[in-house]
Amino acid sequence: MKYKDYYRVMGVERKASADEIKSAYRKLARKYHPDVSKEPGAEEKFKELGEAYETLKDPEKRAAYDQLGSHSPGQEFRPPPGWEQQFGDGKFSFDDLDLGDLFSGMAGRMHRAGRGGGKIRMPGQDYEVTAHITLEDAYRGTEVNLDLEVPEYDENGFPHRVRRAFKARIPKGATDGQRLRLPGKGGKGLNGGRDGDLYLNIALHPHRLFRVSGHDLFLDLPLAPWEAVLGTNVLVPTLAGSVRLKVPPGTHAGRQLRLAGRGLPKPHGGEGDLYAIVQIVVPTVTSERERALFKEIAEASTFNPRGHFEQEAAK
Amino acid sequence: MKIEQAMWLDEQHELLLEELCELSGLSETELRELVDYGALAPTDPDARRWTFGADRLVVARSAFRLRKDFDLDPIGLALVVTLLERVRDLEAELRDLRARLPGGRR
Repeated sequence: MKYKDYYRVMGVERKASADEIKSAYRKLARKYHPDVSKEPGAEEKFKELGEAYETLKDPEKRAAYDQLGSHSPGQEFRPPPGWEQQFGDGKFSFDDLDLGDLFSGMAGRMHRAGRGGGKIRMPGQDYEVTAHITLEDAYRGTEVNLDLEVPEYDENGFPHRVRRAFKARIPKGATDGQRLRLPGKGGKGLNGGRDGDLYLNIALHPHRLFRVSGHDLFLDLPLAPWEAVLGTNVLVPTLAGSVRLKVPPGTHAGRQLRLAGRGLPKPHGGEGDLYAIVQIVVPTVTSERERALFKEIAEASTFNPRGHFEQEAAK
Repeated sequence: MKIEQAMWLDEQHELLLEELCELSGLSETELRELVDYGALAPTDPDARRWTFGADRLVVARSAFRLRKDFDLDPIGLALVVTLLERVRDLEAELRDLRARLPGGRR
């Protein structure tokens, strides 16, 4: 069994009082709780913290933990002789046991013993996973491979961490931040309790061309100045292949040209839209002839793009 | 073989009060308190049997974890949940505005 230094995880001394431990937990939980934290790796840190606190806040478990002695984190160790008899019933092997599982199993067994050793129906654990998918996957629907480390209970009521790999189907209609519930795909229920659920948080990888808001997509559409003035027909990429888009004459920068129904499909029918946002771009390298033509326009045109500045100044 | 029906957690699906309790881990009292303090709203507060949009399950599960991990009292929990919801709404609005910006950066 590998040692974990719960005192170090919580940043407290080995002789810390129960109040000190509680206060250290609250400070760290405030920092790393996955529901409120923006820290990188918060979820992992919070899990470690929870495991340490579960053991240290309970005087009985803390005494059992202290009896294990102090080792370096990650070091292989064996409990001192007689430890199993004092704190457990010796029915387990330490070799394939995780320290956290050992102590959480202790609670489970004490709990059961407290109710006359009877079998209590316990619902299976819910799993919550973020599934990172591409925009194309969201458009078509996809299958994701999940690889989870989950606790499974043995006949003595001890949880063992096992890797479980399975596939989950994400139907069409997904978008960034959406949640999917897969009933019964979580941990197995105990003694006839219902199986847990699997919750998928959908996260879309950024796309090279499209930006996403809900089921709508946004695309920059660069136009040459003459295309914007004269109007044109352009090929615009969509998730279902390119489509022709008519750009009307006199199209200014920032205008959103809507391609109805070319966004992401919605879960209950219908689709979002695709918006092409016009950008006017200018050539950086120009020929003699191009410059001459632009000069000609400059001389011939009466267009004043900053007329409103002058009106403002004249007031 | 059992067919697993995946369910999008959005307002198109509805959950009964009891279902929301079972799936979130909150007790009925805790859930009613969250409603009383304005942190969670049923689809129709005047209905004889309350139902909730399935997207409220995300909020209720978060509330359950926060209550358990921080030992929060009902009014404190309702306050945290309400503020977190407001942050989520603002983040969604920000995402939308960024998507509309030409050359929009994430």
